[in-house]
Amino acid sequence: MPRITVTVDGIRYEEDVEPRLLLVHFLRDRLGKTGTPIGCDTSNCGACTVLLDGKSVKSCSVLAVQADGCDVVTIEGLAPGNGQMHPLQRAFHEEHALQCGYCTPGMVMAALDLLRENPDPSEEEIRHGLEGNLCRCTGYCNIVRAVRRGAQEMGQAQEAGQEVRTP
Amino acid sequence: MTEELDAGMVAQRIAESDQVSEPSPNGEVGRRRRRKEDARLLTGRTQWTDNIQLPGMLYVQFLRSPMAHARITRVDVSAARELPGVVAAFSGQDLASEQGSLPCAWPVTEDIAIPEHPPMAVSEVRYVGEAVACVVATDRYRAADALEAIEVDYEPLPPVLDMNDALAEGAPKVHETGNKAYTWKFAQGDMEAALRDAPVRIDRTYIQQRLIPSAMEPRAVVATTDGETFTMWSATQIPHILRVMLALTTGIPEHKLRVIAPDVGGGFGSKLQVTAEEVVCLLLTKRLGKPVKWTESRSEGNLTVHHGRDQIQHITIAAESDGRIRGVRVELLVDMGAYLMLVTPGIPLLGAFMYNGIYKMDAYDFTCTGVFTTKMPTDAYRGAGRPEATYAIERAMDELAAELNMDPVEVRRRNWIKHEEFPYTTIAGLTYDSGNYEAATDKALALFGYDKLRAEQADRRDRRDPVQLGIGVSTYTEMCGLAPSRVLGSLSYGAGGWEHGSVRVLPTGKVEVVTGSSAHGQGHETAWSQLVADALGVPFEDVSVLHGDTAISHRGMDTYGSRSLVVGGMAVLSACEKVKEKARKIAAHTLECSPEDVEFSQGVFRVKGTGAQKTIQELALAAFAAHDLPEGMEPRLDADATLDPENFSFPHGTHLCAVEVDTETGHVKIRSYVAVDDVGRVVNPLIVEGQVHGGIAQGIAQALYEEAVYDAEGNLLTSTMADYLLPSAADLPDFVTDRTETPATSNPLGVKGVGEAGTIASTPAVVNAIVDALRPHGVHDIQMPCTPERIWRALRERAQA
Repeated sequence: MPRITVTVDGIRYEEDVEPRLLLVHFLRDRLGKTGTPIGCDTSNCGACTVLLDGKSVKSCSVLAVQADGCDVVTIEGLAPGNGQMHPLQRAFHEEHALQCGYCTPGMVMAALDLLRENPDPSEEEIRHGLEGNLCRCTGYCNIVRAVRRGAQEMGQAQEAGQEVRTP
Repeated sequence: MTEELDAGMVAQRIAESDQVSEPSPNGEVGRRRRRKEDARLLTGRTQWTDNIQLPGMLYVQFLRSPMAHARITRVDVSAARELPGVVAAFSGQDLASEQGSLPCAWPVTEDIAIPEHPPMAVSEVRYVGEAVACVVATDRYRAADALEAIEVDYEPLPPVLDMNDALAEGAPKVHETGNKAYTWKFAQGDMEAALRDAPVRIDRTYIQQRLIPSAMEPRAVVATTDGETFTMWSATQIPHILRVMLALTTGIPEHKLRVIAPDVGGGFGSKLQVTAEEVVCLLLTKRLGKPVKWTESRSEGNLTVHHGRDQIQHITIAAESDGRIRGVRVELLVDMGAYLMLVTPGIPLLGAFMYNGIYKMDAYDFTCTGVFTTKMPTDAYRGAGRPEATYAIERAMDELAAELNMDPVEVRRRNWIKHEEFPYTTIAGLTYDSGNYEAATDKALALFGYDKLRAEQADRRDRRDPVQLGIGVSTYTEMCGLAPSRVLGSLSYGAGGWEHGSVRVLPTGKVEVVTGSSAHGQGHETAWSQLVADALGVPFEDVSVLHGDTAISHRGMDTYGSRSLVVGGMAVLSACEKVKEKARKIAAHTLECSPEDVEFSQGVFRVKGTGAQKTIQELALAAFAAHDLPEGMEPRLDADATLDPENFSFPHGTHLCAVEVDTETGHVKIRSYVAVDDVGRVVNPLIVEGQVHGGIAQGIAQALYEEAVYDAEGNLLTSTMADYLLPSAADLPDFVTDRTETPATSNPLGVKGVGEAGTIASTPAVVNAIVDALRPHGVHDIQMPCTPERIWRALRERAQA
């Protein structure tokens, strides 16, 4: 069985894995990081989106062995701690951009990657940028608003010299 | 980075920031409270069923039929049992003596055919995806591997896929009893007279395509036993009903069975079910004495989570030449699929009283026939019967307007119940308690810029613009807040429609609320906190809401049918009233006056005309200490209430949709969408808007995108999310939503249900808009979903004609 070394939310793991093990099952079943859920098996829904070396991937479409030597950030690694949330998480809360919340971890991670590439996206750009993440509850209106708000707050925080985690 | 986030601390911060950002002079009800639920959902601290991990957990996988209809001649699981990591493997036959039959709780007629429905097929399979065997192994992957070692021999039988064919003489039978499940009729007034010499008659047939509900969280079940009692976690909307039904199905006594719905990722009716997998997992943990977990894949779910809609609707309107309706006749064929599941037969009947919509008429005639086919059973899907009804009447109203060359808003205006006529008993026998269709419509028309859009439409028509503008109207009402138990009884439903709530004031003055509603995204923890904060005069932050576990919430009827606030919330409110009365007695006793002299305001009990007072927190501590209570009073400040609603809830509203249809490609773009809904008094506008947004999106999805398609052999062609088109953010517009507020008179707060309204209203608004754009081209209908191909073909056929 191949041995992989992977950093997940700041912790380094060395694990023996079956070559066929999906990254999302590695995260959930092996590491107990159940913050990342699974919504489909055809990489359409994006619920399992995480950041792999800073870029968003659908962790159901990545093998654990492919993450060898990589840095993975999940929804669980986003908040700075002490009860605070990342500005984007806070924006989702403020704009009521989640109902059942199942798509939310993937939506937040995908939006972070979108904002990395485009820190000030228009509504249209957000809608197209999040095309790979499905939500069944919100009709997306408030998600779009939350990403706009998160973008503004992340921008303001950076201008004020505060550290904003954009892993 | 490594610091673990504490969800409780996050929740507290959320609460603190809210207090600053939103001062509330008028109390909690009506306030845009951010949700208490969000912290855990946003930080990954959620408890989805698949997250539950127990020591020694075993994993279950099901082998499913690849045939739509076949006799099972042999199942051999012995090779699977020999594989590494495999603990057990069973065929349907192996469990035949104990698995029972999945329940149908709604025998709508006395002569209804309710076929046996074994959780795992024993001798015959009747849809692709039906479970025939299962494997239990030490991990997910090994269980999946072992399925391949199971051998099954099938003797193919003819599939039955088309409802009309199924009812024809000599058709192959899905069940021995034939392909008709039931026929249900309702008639009021003289339909024949209405039709006779009617100046205008509209006859139309509409197809409600089959839909796949597609909650984002796939189903999952965890079951365990300590040898004496059983516990099940399930991604279900109905922990209470599930417990009763599992007890009845498996024989495990109800008092030894605990059902938990932990965080549940959406349902939309699809998790209002008692499933084969739940029954089998319970039997497996009983047999093996170990905890078992089953989590479906999405592709498995598309095949085997019950589907929605699937009706052929014939609707006839007889009208006067000025547009006034004489009567409406409806004949439905409804695809039950292969079996009758929990409420399958009753779903179309939730629409039976709604085809008259918001309109007055003298005659109404409704016939519904349930038909068996070799497909996945249908059952509740957001709106359940009412979207179908609203679609048919609202589409037909536009046809009536077109026939009379009348504005579609005007034809509705001439027929709808006027605001001064409420309460109004409709031709279908329901009493609509309140409403103001004029106000909602006027507001919607103004927000939409109706006249301006009509002018632009005329201009584009004159210019023969290849991109035509269409305007769609939908003025809906619906019956929700399920439901008065006596009415459910009269419709032969197997249970009641009450809800339970309990409220306990703890010694420190904090409040625990237990609700029988079972939220799965609706925000009850927040909304119920607002209700209780106002009722008892305690801070919003001091209320916690418990639900979804039969050991904690021991009585309940769960969440569906837009019932939670109007039944469950009102039960909580009723319990608050009892708590207040009890506290008043303790206050009077402590302050040495009579209870009549104690007045209550904002958490404080005061003796009239004096300065003497006690807060509810002080009284809670007094009740706990019990040193000096009124004679005969039990030492606790809490109360229960079980509330049966006196009537259904009737939200209503007007939705307007403008589409641009490219007549060269058939492409549809929604240009603007305005929804004005009247859901009575609103507890939390933020949550209401979210419900409306999501509802509209699902209704648009039926109009434009979604359809479950079976091929001629009965294989589901849309079995993955790659094939079944759920709209993304890029496929939907922003919505303009607003409200009018006509309080319900059927509950003390004046609230109405909102969960299904958007889905019910939006589908006809969109299709009416598309047909409106195409009418000058001679096109009068497009079958849903209105894909570019269908629109292009319809235009081409008309051009060639």
